[in-house]
Amino acid sequence: MTFIERLKERVGISASGLEKRKTVTFGDAAAVADGRFWSMMSVLTLAMAWYVGSALGWVNPIFWPSPASVWDQFISISGEGYRNFSLWEHVWASLYRILVGFSLGCLIGIPLGFAMGLSKVVRGCFDPIVEFFRPIPPLAFIPLVIIWSGIGERSKILLLFFAALWIMVIAARAGVGSVKLSKIHAAYSLGASKKQILWHVILPNSLPEIFTGMRVAMGVCWGTVVAAELVAAESGVGYMIMVASKFLSTDIVVLGVIIVGLIGYGIDILMRKLEAKLIPWKGKA
Amino acid sequence: MSELVVNNVSMIFDTPDGGTVEALRDLSFNLKQGELLSILGPSGCGKSTLLNIIAGFLAPTAGTVHMDSRELHGPGADRGMVFQQGALFEWLSVAENIGFGLTMQGRPKHEIRQTVNHLLETVGLRDFGNKAVYELSGGMQQRVALARCLANDPDIILMDEPLGALDALTREKMQGLVLKLWKETGKTIILITHSVEEALFLGEKLFVMAPRPGRIHKEYSLPFAEAGLTQDPREIRASTAFVEKREEILSMIWEMEEQIMGTAEV
Repeated sequence: MTFIERLKERVGISASGLEKRKTVTFGDAAAVADGRFWSMMSVLTLAMAWYVGSALGWVNPIFWPSPASVWDQFISISGEGYRNFSLWEHVWASLYRILVGFSLGCLIGIPLGFAMGLSKVVRGCFDPIVEFFRPIPPLAFIPLVIIWSGIGERSKILLLFFAALWIMVIAARAGVGSVKLSKIHAAYSLGASKKQILWHVILPNSLPEIFTGMRVAMGVCWGTVVAAELVAAESGVGYMIMVASKFLSTDIVVLGVIIVGLIGYGIDILMRKLEAKLIPWKGKA
Repeated sequence: MSELVVNNVSMIFDTPDGGTVEALRDLSFNLKQGELLSILGPSGCGKSTLLNIIAGFLAPTAGTVHMDSRELHGPGADRGMVFQQGALFEWLSVAENIGFGLTMQGRPKHEIRQTVNHLLETVGLRDFGNKAVYELSGGMQQRVALARCLANDPDIILMDEPLGALDALTREKMQGLVLKLWKETGKTIILITHSVEEALFLGEKLFVMAPRPGRIHKEYSLPFAEAGLTQDPREIRASTAFVEKREEILSMIWEMEEQIMGTAEV
């Protein structure tokens, strides 16, 4: 037994059952699915490298700060705040914009996508518009939204609404398209009305696609809000990073980046948990 | 007593390359309450088109379909459908699937529960009401589909290759269940199948259809379904009468296929 195998057994994450006896693992997705051991190792190694590297003075702290100074900044900013706002207020400012912009995008995008999936006229009218706006990065609209509504909350929310809208339209449209015709036919011959078919068949059937769209939209929104705050804002994690960089406070910049990464990761985990709970049939139909 | 009357139904449609297809030509037949009809034929003979016309999902280019004296336009709860697979609602439990039609019609909850429990019993899924449909095997899913259709108490049940995706053993079991339901409920049933054995076993009446144009090539009246209610199905399938009919129909269909494809190069 190799050292790694013994180590894995120690931590209780070695392959189990039939997986152990597989002779072909190259190209077998199930055989490579569980990489938790290696995840732990890679995170640990990175953390070690960072710690040791800065302790030995390999890089100038102006370019890359030590873990200790980032941690100190974290303690001090979460206590005293930064630029008139506490750390949590900065985080909340960014999250709030996302929640509002994303929700608006869903609120308009999902019904529009449904209408496009159900009506030839609506589809025909909106297809060119959706297909035109979809590939434009939302950040390209920053100058325009600033001209329209300044650097306050409204411009950010408008931008995020735009970012989420097209993704949700397309997800909802795809959701409607994924309904098997036999399900619709079955519902009709069971006596369901059009309205009932929309609510009890088409809507639940499209939930997996809509949820995938929501996950993508959330990711895009998070990236967009941070970038938008880098350009123009008065609060938010992106704003914090931008101001700190002007003072060469690399430790705060890195702290901001880590917070952005952790929250983005957290949102995705949350969405996936929610998905597993709400749509247990996904991928099993 | 309801009677289904199919009157001079034709179906012609255009193809993308500019041609036309005569999916059905001048088809007429009627089916009395409680009759069991199976329809067999090579692909392209229009059997699915016919079923979709009766179900009301397609409007024929000529001819009419009547239920008693009422002309049928569009789908309705009087004609239940059982599809091959994947027509169940995965977001609903087994019981909710079976009760779907009654729920949509706004029937009282206790009545729905009663009907669903009775049907779960009938199709042999007594303890499966709260299961999710995707947890069931293919055969069990088709039992749910049959029960869901019966819950609505339709005048006629249309089956579009309902057992086509099942393995041979499950398929035989399910054929027994279809016969049992036919006997117990007295419903009129039209069943489309690719399997000659199934068509013989599950058809009091059997239409062999031919393609180009789609039409009824030959009609049989068969004793096997009736016999299957009392005798061992395996014995019936092995009987000389059954085997002779099977060979006769098989060679008939082979001939049709050869006419379409040209002589097969083996």
